[in-house]
Amino acid sequence: MKLLRELLFPLIAVIAAFIVGGILILIIGDDPIVAYKLLIGSALSWPDGIGYTLFYATPLIFTGLAVLVALRCGLLNIGAEGQLYVAAFATAWVGITFAHLSAWLLLPLCFLAAIVAGGVWGAIPGVLKARFGSHEVINTIMLNFIAVALVSYFTQYHYKTPGDPIMQTTEIGGGAHIARIGKILPGFPERIPLNLAFILALVCCVLVYLFLWRTKWGYELRATGSNPTAAEYGGISIRKQIIIAMTISGSLAGLVGINEVLGYRYRYYDGFSSSYGFTGIAVALLGRNHPVGVLLSAILFGMLIRGGIFVDAFTNNVTKDLVDVLQGVVILFVAAEALFRGPFGRFGLLKRSKV
Amino acid sequence: MSQALLECADIQKSFGGVPVLKGITLDLQPGTVTALAGENGAGKSTLMKILYGMQAPDEGVMKVFGNEVHFAKPTDAIALGIGMVHQHFMLVSTMTVAENIVLGAEPGSEVALDLNKASTNIRKLSEEFKLAVNPHAVIEHLSVGQQQRVELLKALYRQARVLILDEPTAVLTPQEVDEFFAILRGMRQQGKTVVIITHKLSEVLAISDEVTVMRDGRVVGQVATKDTNAAELARMMVGREVLLRVEKPDADVGTTGLLVKNLSVSTSDGSKRVNGVSFEVRKGEILGIAGVEGNGQTELIEALAGLVTPAHLTGEIRLEGRDITRVDARSRRELGIAHIPEDRHRRGLLLDFSLAENSILGVHYRKPVVSTAGIFLDNQAIRKRAAQIIEDFDVRPTNQELPARALSGGNQQKLIIGREFDLRPKLLLVSQPTRGVDIGAIEFIHRKLVALRDEGCAVLLVSAELEEVTALADRLLIIHEGRIVGDVDPKVATIEEIGLLMTGGH
Repeated sequence: MKLLRELLFPLIAVIAAFIVGGILILIIGDDPIVAYKLLIGSALSWPDGIGYTLFYATPLIFTGLAVLVALRCGLLNIGAEGQLYVAAFATAWVGITFAHLSAWLLLPLCFLAAIVAGGVWGAIPGVLKARFGSHEVINTIMLNFIAVALVSYFTQYHYKTPGDPIMQTTEIGGGAHIARIGKILPGFPERIPLNLAFILALVCCVLVYLFLWRTKWGYELRATGSNPTAAEYGGISIRKQIIIAMTISGSLAGLVGINEVLGYRYRYYDGFSSSYGFTGIAVALLGRNHPVGVLLSAILFGMLIRGGIFVDAFTNNVTKDLVDVLQGVVILFVAAEALFRGPFGRFGLLKRSKV
Repeated sequence: MSQALLECADIQKSFGGVPVLKGITLDLQPGTVTALAGENGAGKSTLMKILYGMQAPDEGVMKVFGNEVHFAKPTDAIALGIGMVHQHFMLVSTMTVAENIVLGAEPGSEVALDLNKASTNIRKLSEEFKLAVNPHAVIEHLSVGQQQRVELLKALYRQARVLILDEPTAVLTPQEVDEFFAILRGMRQQGKTVVIITHKLSEVLAISDEVTVMRDGRVVGQVATKDTNAAELARMMVGREVLLRVEKPDADVGTTGLLVKNLSVSTSDGSKRVNGVSFEVRKGEILGIAGVEGNGQTELIEALAGLVTPAHLTGEIRLEGRDITRVDARSRRELGIAHIPEDRHRRGLLLDFSLAENSILGVHYRKPVVSTAGIFLDNQAIRKRAAQIIEDFDVRPTNQELPARALSGGNQQKLIIGREFDLRPKLLLVSQPTRGVDIGAIEFIHRKLVALRDEGCAVLLVSAELEEVTALADRLLIIHEGRIVGDVDPKVATIEEIGLLMTGGH
């Protein structure tokens, strides 16, 4: 029952988004039913549709979890984008620099690079907030710019194959590759880039859940987010929690680098992230700040990305910007929840159904 | 009986299917003071919100001078002469008295604001109702008592005939309360109708002509004040006999529990909130600290609990002889300091967390609520602990999965007290233990505090309720502007004497 109630609002938001999107498609001059059939059909076909949907969902699970952990501590991490760029580059750097090492050494090192680089990039605004009280939103945004510029610089001037017109580094060592699902699942084509990072993302959902709700550390983090003054009263150091939360958040965002570098391109490709870090905020919000919700909404967003490509190609007028519209409307409705619930609930829509 | 100024008949209201008002009938005569008494959750506030147009009743009729009315918003009520002073003042602190008073009812043309005209009107009103206040003073420079007068003026300026006052004395000193009551009597003489919401029985008896007692959404008694007494009112409010006096044997005092030497606490802007305070609390005694709120009590208790950054502290704090001045909050708890904070929403509870989760705040990182591995919370142990506290301290409802937010103030307080008592403290810091708590629960909390004292705990009690602090404390210090200005025997000292010390008089 409780689960149903939790699901109700995201569901309404999604349905509403599709209705609004449908009206738009009509105005543009296409048939919404056809467009949506195309969207969902292409996103859920076997094996390509599902494979790509989950592949697109993977980075969003990581960034969604990253935003979630910070939010549970009362912090808004808008810096997942920067964190994942730094981490992806660090992963590639380790994979290139230590390419000669065996997989047993190289793979853990690459993982560590992603976790540490993302964690450090996340910890910086955490420390700044804990130490000087400067707002994490401002600092994470600023650090995004720095991260993007920094990794572009290194790619361009230090790690590019000379003469390569594409902004990408040289390849990482073979030992650092992680298997594509096609290698493991019989009958699943290996050309689909869905890889073991997706399994890692699932594991992270479980770990984040256990951490937040089953450990004393998670209790302290959530207590700080729920009521910092009460947490302080309970002997919890708010400053410490802020730093911990931002570090974990950064590390989770950093895991995007594993999917991208170790599982997909085997190199750092500049500008690879299509706003995964920012979409992660929407994923966490739509997922009601819970790992299960994050998983579900990341998959939904993955479907939209996958299906959007087909809608773009096979309709007359609709472009894949439709996906952005759908995402935008979903977020608007999720954000509008305050209108329906909470002390400012004006419409009493859910008040009655609540009891 | 003359024509009622305001009457309501069979008012009903429910929220989400839960009835809060179950048929309230009330009529208010001009030139009377009616006290509306009742425990928290009795429905007083809801009724007042309906009278003031903030909420609409589900059923029932309201009449003003015999004419049926329907209020859609407070301005409708204001237009018919109903004014309300909220417990938390609705003033813009950077604007002047006059600006605040005219806000929303500005005189002059559509564009130009005629403040001079307003000031003249305000002065006239101040004189008429003896509400001395300078119209040009800025709100933030006024005392709480003066701000309250501004609130009253605001209502009178809008020609209120009925004034609804929500817990108006909660923020006042005993002297200010006397002045305030004098003002109310003046208003009554001028024919105004006053409704005062309060749970302080002494005030009901002191000021009102009529008392309406509410319990559980119903009116359970309507009596003339002169025909009743405190014990009867308390019985009506709670529904059973209530012991109004605190029964306690003489303190069996042991060695020094807490020693405070020359303690000063300053805020980040450098102003000293506690100024060179020294005292000791011995085991087995309750040391009371009386004072008008905002005279350093909060900072003192927080400093003792370890919630003030050491940089803002000077002086010495010793627990059983051990210097703990630089020890953090967690370690202080481990050394045996429990703390019942004055503001349970700000400090005491994680409102969105369940009762079970709240029951472990402060001990959440150690055995027995953390499993042997030292990382994972042991849900079974937590549930057991929560169930114990809920049972021992009569927390209702007993479902420990409910968020703390769902509990009434009294039950939230009992949960906190239960949690802190469970630490078996050597020193208990307790601030406003019964604020916003029902009479029945107050009695319970007082008994528990005395029982803890008798077990040999040193108790430091801060309360703005003079009656409470004099009844519970074995010794009483009076704090004023961060200094201890008096040390009296609560059995001997009179309320007037203490009140005078509280305001800095001699």
